[in-house]
Amino acid sequence: MSAIGRPPWQNRPTWPVQTLKGIVIAGIVFVMLYPFVYVVATSFSGDTTSVSGNGLLPTHYSFAAYKAIFSGNVVLRSLMISIGVTLVGTALSMIITIGMAYGLSRTRDVPGTRFVLYAVLATMLFTSGIIPNYLLMKSLGLLNSYWSLILPGVANAFNMVVLRNFFMEIPADLFDSARIDGASEWQILTRIVLPLSKAVLAVVALFYAVGYWNDFFNALLYLNDSTKWPIQLVLNQYVIHGQNLDQAGAPASGQLRVAAQSIQMAVVVVATVPILVVYPFLQRYFTKGVLTGAIKG
Amino acid sequence: MTVATTRHTATAGTPSPTDSRSARSAGTVSRILRERWMYLFIVPGVAYFVIFQYVPLFGNLVAFKNYSPFLGFNASPWVGLQNFTDLFSDPEFLTALKNTALISLMQILFAFPAPIALALMLNSLISEKAKRLVQSVVYLPHFFGWVIVISIWQAVLGGVGPMASLLNSLGHGHENVMADPHTFLALVTAQVVWKEVGWGTIIFFAAISAIPVERYEAAAVDGANSFRRMWHVTLPGISNVIVLLLILRLGTVLSVGFEQLLLQQDAVGSGAAEVLDTFGYYRGVIGGQWGLATAAGLFKGVIGTVLVISANRIAKRTGSGGLF
Repeated sequence: MSAIGRPPWQNRPTWPVQTLKGIVIAGIVFVMLYPFVYVVATSFSGDTTSVSGNGLLPTHYSFAAYKAIFSGNVVLRSLMISIGVTLVGTALSMIITIGMAYGLSRTRDVPGTRFVLYAVLATMLFTSGIIPNYLLMKSLGLLNSYWSLILPGVANAFNMVVLRNFFMEIPADLFDSARIDGASEWQILTRIVLPLSKAVLAVVALFYAVGYWNDFFNALLYLNDSTKWPIQLVLNQYVIHGQNLDQAGAPASGQLRVAAQSIQMAVVVVATVPILVVYPFLQRYFTKGVLTGAIKG
Repeated sequence: MTVATTRHTATAGTPSPTDSRSARSAGTVSRILRERWMYLFIVPGVAYFVIFQYVPLFGNLVAFKNYSPFLGFNASPWVGLQNFTDLFSDPEFLTALKNTALISLMQILFAFPAPIALALMLNSLISEKAKRLVQSVVYLPHFFGWVIVISIWQAVLGGVGPMASLLNSLGHGHENVMADPHTFLALVTAQVVWKEVGWGTIIFFAAISAIPVERYEAAAVDGANSFRRMWHVTLPGISNVIVLLLILRLGTVLSVGFEQLLLQQDAVGSGAAEVLDTFGYYRGVIGGQWGLATAAGLFKGVIGTVLVISANRIAKRTGSGGLF
């Protein structure tokens, strides 16, 4: 409605109102963005001992903190682990979720699938608790395995519903003519359904990927071996709990003299960048994906 | 974009009549055989939901046992409700329960209305460009996990950050806001608002865009200024959605961010940051009191499920639809 600007019945707002709105919005944007700017700036602040000073931002800039974290293996290894878990996990999640969304998209024709659908939807109503999940992983022998970061959340009912709703909106004529031509369900799924759903598939995949990347809970719960830690656990240990990365035998910063806070912020930046990279793609589509699932279950 | 979305949603639930006529006439067995691909597709998903969602439900039986990892599930003795009576005489559990309720209450009071206010404010912007710019800024924090969010907050508000030096120069001493148990409740609420306020606006934007433009025109013709149009047209137009979301939110009062609180518990102490989930984690996984911790989780889970289901029933009764 407002792509053409102000509709004729709407008066031009008075200048005090406009100024007030401007101030409020500027305030919101500042509160949202300043922490990021501060973190990035601090990570580049390099070798000074007092990083933040009294101003809002540091004054000296260098790459010393990044050199320090990448010269050690703790951060680099955890990044590799996070990337690996995210890629494998997302692929597996998509295979399972697509299969389920399509397999449950014709509950009227396929006997028994309505029951399965309800059983899946019911999982949104309960959580089984931390201890039972832990004991399950233990009895499956998955403690300290990378699978413990992937399997507990490899599919979720919400994403399945989002995909299923989308698949069900594809015009039935397309399926009918393919079936008359003798196409199998596998062919229909891979040649018709998936190519038509590229956008929503991309969104769901990105949501899974962001979830794997951000996951802290599973890693904390199931991994004892610190050499298997993903980046979020490294953040927790060395940034939030302030353990010195030097002591972990990580960066050889003996002569570099990099401020600890600068190194910590560099780790935060490194953990944040992948999300910032996919964010524009996510943003373009997510309202659609979120709503189709959220309103109608 | 949001307009298209709403239209999209309205048709989402309609069943597709695909192939049903021919399928009905065939016998069940031949239908099953003919649809074998469909069953194959759902096998991995069914396996996942059975093993990782339904099997752990039975693991909750540990709550009625004196579980010992050396004896295993079967050999551990049953103790009836012993774990539950222990739980309710445990002062730390009662603290956790109290903190959970307090944090939930604060979030319902402040974090719940925040996106409504933001959506109304952004909606009043005429410039589409400014609106979109602000939206892409405020949505962003939702996509960062709690570890990243707490790291960032600690950098800005922690002992060596700019907030501490600002407070210092104002004569408050070198204060670490991130480690103060007295203001922790406000801090936790502010973090949730910061992270989720933008994301929360999406559903209200969709509701606002579904309001017919004619109503605004009519109100304007009747002499309503922009504030009164917001008050008399926009707010009533989205009140259904607000009521529905509020009721559903009430259904999840016992779930407060586990990661958010666990990450900050070392800084502020368990007196302020112990909630039901962190209690279960520390007592069970760290402390080895498996039965007690499972009882705490089961208590939370059962109440949570009952609340969600009754919240939904109430939502339906008020005419807001309900989710299922």
